[in-house]
Amino acid sequence: MMTAIEFRDVYFRYNEDAPWVLKKFNLKIEENETVAIIGHNGSGKSTIAKLANGLLVPQAGDILINGRKLTASNVWEIRQNIGMVFQNPENQFVGTTVRDDVAFGLENRGIPRKEMIKRIHTSLTQVGMENYQDHEPHNLSGGQKQRVAIASVMATYPEILLLDEATSMLDPRGRKEILSTIHDLKEELEITMVMITHDLHEIILTDRVIVMNQGQIYKDTTVDHLFNDYQGLQSIGLSLPLTVELAIELERQYDYQFTTYPLDNEEFLKALWTSNLKE
Amino acid sequence: MKSFMIIGQYVPGNSLIHRLDPRTKLIVIFTFVIIVFFANNSWSYGWLTLFALILVLLTRLRIGYILKGITPVWFLIFFTFILHLIITKEGSVLIEIVGFTIHEGGVLQGLTISLRFFLLVLVTSLLTLTTSPMEITDAIEELLGPLKKIKVPVHELALMMSISLRFIPTLLDETEKISKAQASRGVDLRTGSIKDRIYAIVPLLVPLFISAFKRAEELAMAMEARGYRGSEGRTKLRQLQFKSLDFIAMIIYVLIIIIFFSLRN
Ligand SMILES: Nc1ncnc2c1ncn2[C@@H]1O[C@H](COP(=O)(O)OP(=O)(O)O)[C@@H](O)[C@H]1O
Ligand SMILES: [Mg+2]
Repeated sequence: MMTAIEFRDVYFRYNEDAPWVLKKFNLKIEENETVAIIGHNGSGKSTIAKLANGLLVPQAGDILINGRKLTASNVWEIRQNIGMVFQNPENQFVGTTVRDDVAFGLENRGIPRKEMIKRIHTSLTQVGMENYQDHEPHNLSGGQKQRVAIASVMATYPEILLLDEATSMLDPRGRKEILSTIHDLKEELEITMVMITHDLHEIILTDRVIVMNQGQIYKDTTVDHLFNDYQGLQSIGLSLPLTVELAIELERQYDYQFTTYPLDNEEFLKALWTSNLKE
Repeated sequence: MKSFMIIGQYVPGNSLIHRLDPRTKLIVIFTFVIIVFFANNSWSYGWLTLFALILVLLTRLRIGYILKGITPVWFLIFFTFILHLIITKEGSVLIEIVGFTIHEGGVLQGLTISLRFFLLVLVTSLLTLTTSPMEITDAIEELLGPLKKIKVPVHELALMMSISLRFIPTLLDETEKISKAQASRGVDLRTGSIKDRIYAIVPLLVPLFISAFKRAEELAMAMEARGYRGSEGRTKLRQLQFKSLDFIAMIIYVLIIIIFFSLRN
């Protein structure tokens, strides 16, 4: 299996007087893996994403994408395989209409017009926005704009998709829309996906969870094992999902035993059943 | 705020004028603006006025709406008229009121200049009423295309225009939000002396500017992430296409100009 993203002893800071955001940082994400990166605000998550597609350049160390070292001369070429969705739906919508926005990335790559029209249709269908081609951004909800942002990225056929807190500015409904969109994409395509979030609910979709704390990897684990060390997570400023907190209280005050901590109501019910059966 | 936005604001439609290629419309309007200054007798003025009125009818827009759209300019037109009426001292005296004399030449001059002004504003507003801002942007980019050879950043300018257009509603929303927030803190923009009001605008502008800069920075990053690196090697989704309607319109327009020049003296 190929390594999609690799950081080798990366040092990065925003300017010379600022402290290192990343210090001797190492990370490996394999092809077609779905990874969550979580951590408190300012722990360096966005910095990692921007370094990975060359929007920022490290002061020392190497960043490899699909085994190729990222340099000033190949950054444009390598970036073509990486799609990135940012936090603010408003500030990444370039086009005056949905269609124009999806076209933007394709135009930049010099895709012929006929092919563009086909891809715009397909990618908007993927995110359920095909009937909105002529809509202007100010008539769309945050969730819809963010779906368009995902479509814009998917239309360029990326091998790696970076989502930097793509749901954090959305209402619960918009958040649901995006998560189900991401879920569907994962079912349909082979793609390496990195979801940066500080919402612990979102990690349900992932194979692996990396916890960041002050520019360091605090823990590299899976969803099932993440909450075994819930005290640690709380101590680095992460708040636990309500269902996890409830499960912990049940363990503490009554004799419940959870094998894995539930992340939503459904899982919670299931966990309650199995934990009851054990007695 | 909203009524202010109506000046020449695009009204979607399917009239002949709406269907013309935006480049055709731009060329016609641009040359018309120049030609208006060549009118020198009532025949030539009449001919241009007739042309403008026919254009108005062809847009199928309500005339009241068009005239209301240029409301802010009515005052200027009237002002121009009065100014020329008073200043021009040619021809026989028509009326004399408390030291002011109004001459025949003044009336004539006032009428022609304000008619000229009116025609300019009317025809230009027809352009923006029947053409979406994006179409205008595309047309400008196409028409100025040759200037790329002498290093005029035509593509960049057009992109700037389209991004500005895209963010106008966003910034208007934000202005409203901020002004409401400030009003709830007791900042009053509606009463007080002019000086007080100008001071009151500052707490509105500062957060607006800060957020606009933040948006610009994030947008630039998003554009770069999506592979934007200038016009080179770029293809375009939006494409303009001259149709037979445009050729017919152009031929008629040329005939109108020829007749116009033969009407002058
Ligand atoms: N443009 C910037 N200029 C200077 N410092 C920055 C900039 N962006 C982020 N930082 C700093 O770098 C650190 C990591 O930020 P970031 O990667 O955005 O964290 P996260 O995405 O996890 O919230 C923070 O201390 C933050 O203040
Ligand atoms: Mg961040």
